[in-house]
Amino acid sequence: MTTAGAGLRSRSRYAAYLVPLGAVGTALLIGALMLVLLDANPIEGFGAMLSGAFGGADALTSTALKATPLLFVGVGITIAFRANVINIGGEGQMVAGGLLATAVALVLPDWPAAVMLPTVLVAGMVGGAIWGAVPGALKAYYGVNEILSTIMLNVVAVQLMNFLLRGPMIDPGEIERGTRIPQTQRLQEGADLPLLFGSGRLHIGPVIAALVAVAAYILLWRTPVGFRVRAVGQSTDAARYAGIPVKRTIVLALTLAGAMGGLAGAVLVFGSESHRMVTDGSTAGFTGNAGFNGIVAALFGGLHPLWAIPASFLFGGLLVGGNALQRAVQVPTALILALNGLVVVFVVASDRYRRTLGERASQAETAAKLAAQAAAEAPP
Amino acid sequence: MRTRPLPWAAMVLAFVMLAVACGGDDDAADTTAATDGATTTAAAADETFRIAVVAPSAVNDLAFTQSIVDAVNVVAAERGNTEVDITDGTFVVEDAAAAIRDYASQGYDLVIAHGSQYGGSLEEIAPDFPEVAFAWGTAADTFGLPNVFAYEAASDQGGYVMGVMAAALSESKLIGIVGPIEVGDAKLYVDGFKAGAESNDSGVTVNVNYTGSFSDVALASEAAKAHVAAGADVMSGTAQMVVGAVSVANDEGVLWFGTQANQSSLGDIVVASQVYKWEVVLREMLTAIDGGTLGGTTYEINLANGGEVIEYNANFDLPADVAQLAEDAIAGIADGSMSTGQ
Amino acid sequence: MSELLTKAVLVATIAGGIRLAVPLLLASLGETFGQRSGVLNLGVDGIMLLGAFGGYYAVLESGDVWLGLAAGIVIGMLLGVVSALISVTLLAEQGISGIGVYLFGLGLSDLLFQRLVGTPTPIPKFPKLDIPGLSDIPVIGETLFQFSLIVYVAVALVPISIFVINRTTFGMKVRSVGENPEAADSLGVSITRVRWITVTIGGTLAGVAGAALAIDLGIFQQNLTNAQGFIAIALVYFGAWRPLGVMTGALLYGLVNSLVLQFKTLGIIPQSWSDIAAMAPALITILALVVVARRFRQPAALTKPFTRGT
Repeated sequence: MTTAGAGLRSRSRYAAYLVPLGAVGTALLIGALMLVLLDANPIEGFGAMLSGAFGGADALTSTALKATPLLFVGVGITIAFRANVINIGGEGQMVAGGLLATAVALVLPDWPAAVMLPTVLVAGMVGGAIWGAVPGALKAYYGVNEILSTIMLNVVAVQLMNFLLRGPMIDPGEIERGTRIPQTQRLQEGADLPLLFGSGRLHIGPVIAALVAVAAYILLWRTPVGFRVRAVGQSTDAARYAGIPVKRTIVLALTLAGAMGGLAGAVLVFGSESHRMVTDGSTAGFTGNAGFNGIVAALFGGLHPLWAIPASFLFGGLLVGGNALQRAVQVPTALILALNGLVVVFVVASDRYRRTLGERASQAETAAKLAAQAAAEAPP
Repeated sequence: MRTRPLPWAAMVLAFVMLAVACGGDDDAADTTAATDGATTTAAAADETFRIAVVAPSAVNDLAFTQSIVDAVNVVAAERGNTEVDITDGTFVVEDAAAAIRDYASQGYDLVIAHGSQYGGSLEEIAPDFPEVAFAWGTAADTFGLPNVFAYEAASDQGGYVMGVMAAALSESKLIGIVGPIEVGDAKLYVDGFKAGAESNDSGVTVNVNYTGSFSDVALASEAAKAHVAAGADVMSGTAQMVVGAVSVANDEGVLWFGTQANQSSLGDIVVASQVYKWEVVLREMLTAIDGGTLGGTTYEINLANGGEVIEYNANFDLPADVAQLAEDAIAGIADGSMSTGQ
Repeated sequence: MSELLTKAVLVATIAGGIRLAVPLLLASLGETFGQRSGVLNLGVDGIMLLGAFGGYYAVLESGDVWLGLAAGIVIGMLLGVVSALISVTLLAEQGISGIGVYLFGLGLSDLLFQRLVGTPTPIPKFPKLDIPGLSDIPVIGETLFQFSLIVYVAVALVPISIFVINRTTFGMKVRSVGENPEAADSLGVSITRVRWITVTIGGTLAGVAGAALAIDLGIFQQNLTNAQGFIAIALVYFGAWRPLGVMTGALLYGLVNSLVLQFKTLGIIPQSWSDIAAMAPALITILALVVVARRFRQPAALTKPFTRGT
């Protein structure tokens, strides 16, 4: 192969990875400027951010736990995206999944963990799946745009959560005490997510998420179902011509994405410190905006389920680190939120550039191969 | 597009190594930047008394969070040699749990979890840090743990007093209340206010509207307008969204009674506010901590111990007879001869 | 129920519904332009929040409500330009870049408010407009003609928008770019320029909506809009990308909210059902959508970034 071709290939390929990092870096630079304007020390701040996210077992645990819902949602996004459907209903799907899983745990008797745990997780998936299937069906059969229906269902989900947690599902102890905090009772121990090392805070949630990501990869590229999803995403006409049921596949894609979101919600509830579902009245109070940040994590990972794993971890670190920064230099939490937004904007805005670089890299590789072939076949 | 795992793994590894390297510096005595109005200290780390506050809304919400932040700053200034660190706007419960845990692990002396929804998490975190004192508000449960204080407000008391005043001042005999959600502190206040208003057989009707949100200002504004349209000439309410309702009161010349913080700055139609002076119980907590007791007590601010104070708006001309009714009510509740019925 | 039918309450309900609808209408009309040309901007709420703070701050410092409105216009335009840069030039994934703008706007508006203002301080509001003759008509006059100027401006923008979209060359370009950018491009229409303009219009109107909200309420607070910006986006779909439909949607949403409020004030809805009642606007919108969607299609190129040769 020619040296020029090799040079272009390796440069472009590594540049493609550096682009999202560069985007984050730029956003953080602006953040540093804002810190200075607020009389805070950016070096101290970012130092705290790094150590808060990755500097030790405790920090890594926090990051892994924060990354878990991001990964679930991100995998769901990836599946939906392969069918060319945008799912921004992650917030509502997480709430719906959390609610159904919690309800199941409340209603069922105290079963052993081996039975209870899968049950509640499946319940979470079902809850989220419903919240994904409805916009899916509305899109496929009624032509209702999924962005609209998912936004509306996000609103409905939070009101439903408030109603249930303040009413039928409230901790009876709260009514006795008269405090009426909108939370459930401590859910049965059989549903607790087991801890990874017997003690501490790290539960198996991140492991489940990673396994789900692998499962999604297998689903999309190694099963007929996945093939149908990807075919519909490439071209609905071609897929229809090939006999693929387009409408059902769209519904399926959104249902799967919803199931992922629901699973994230269930894991949040049963992995939480308090082992109960509690609300402050907003979706973000429960989800921590994972429904939106999960989309960014998915983009960060190039919309590929396997690379969503390290991408979610890094993004989770960014979020955990941001909170650590707030505590260390005592800036208003609002700054961290604005920073979160900046990172999202920069990563998403630079995405095209990253893809162009990636395409150029594979084009260069193809060109190099052809050149090599031509050289091999050329008459001496 | 084919991607290789190596760059990703390398990046993650690089971050971890970098972080651990930087993390080493954190063990040395940290001087953190001052927060609004807090006093910081240059003394050695072990002499400084460190207080952390985790709260769900903004420090300047003229309501729930502001009340505790103001109180902590007052106590810190009195005590001297005290560091105050605040994490506000933490409505994500898991993030709040992480913040509480982090402050505790950094060896703060008192970590205040100012939000009812934080209770479940605090119950799990406190046992892990037996040397740290935790305070949970507004609540009455210390979970039987030796290092958890609880604090709450008898907001019905001040509510009752202001309800009495409201009934006396209302000419249309219709009072409107704009509430967030019928829970906890809000419900207590509204019920007390209603009881006070109806106490004198003055024939007053009190309409209560819980808008369903702590933060929807536009909805609060419309709820207030609905009350005014129905004929109310005195209103009250609780939670940070009431600023919308007070604005309407200003426009329509309707009187307003506030709670949790002094709302006189919002307009001359504000008659009085029930101000939470959490410093009253914070002082007791600090004394207990100094004496080695890190928890186990539930505190209440009320009219009797000065934790709740009715502050009148200097710009409002309160008739002397109404002021007398209020004073009588305050005295009555304080010495127990009057009951708010809650 | 009979209390609902008194004149005063009916007037208050309808007037309240219209007031609640105005910020939605303004933001929604702006988003309509953008979406009609094929660009989805999910950052509307963030722009509204920054416009709201800017307007609030301007009025707080100057005492002039019109300066506040101007601030809203400027900030909205600025953020509209930024959104256009991200979505049109950088061809970012539209569904998600907007969320970033939303988070940024939410955080920055709160941050600025905390640092520059501190405690919520009241500001003067828009003066109520008294239209000689019309305002005095009993019932109808009170209901429809005692608003501030901004309400009339918002309503007036509807026929203006209809005119621009359907009867001007620019409007034709907007529509063609949204339906078939390749064809438009081959006819010499600059996709980039058209989309830049529509997205900027969208941002500007979102900024105005936010400023109008803050000045109308006479106060600012963190998250003042309470995610209304997302409702505004949804209303564009509800209105089938037509200004009249958008106005219908905004009014419907506002009126349902206002009605629920009245029911609660009058005690018709018990407090324990208030959360279910709060779902009503969202559910009604979805139901109405199913009806509407059968008859109208979305702009074919919506959310698809355009590059020549794709």
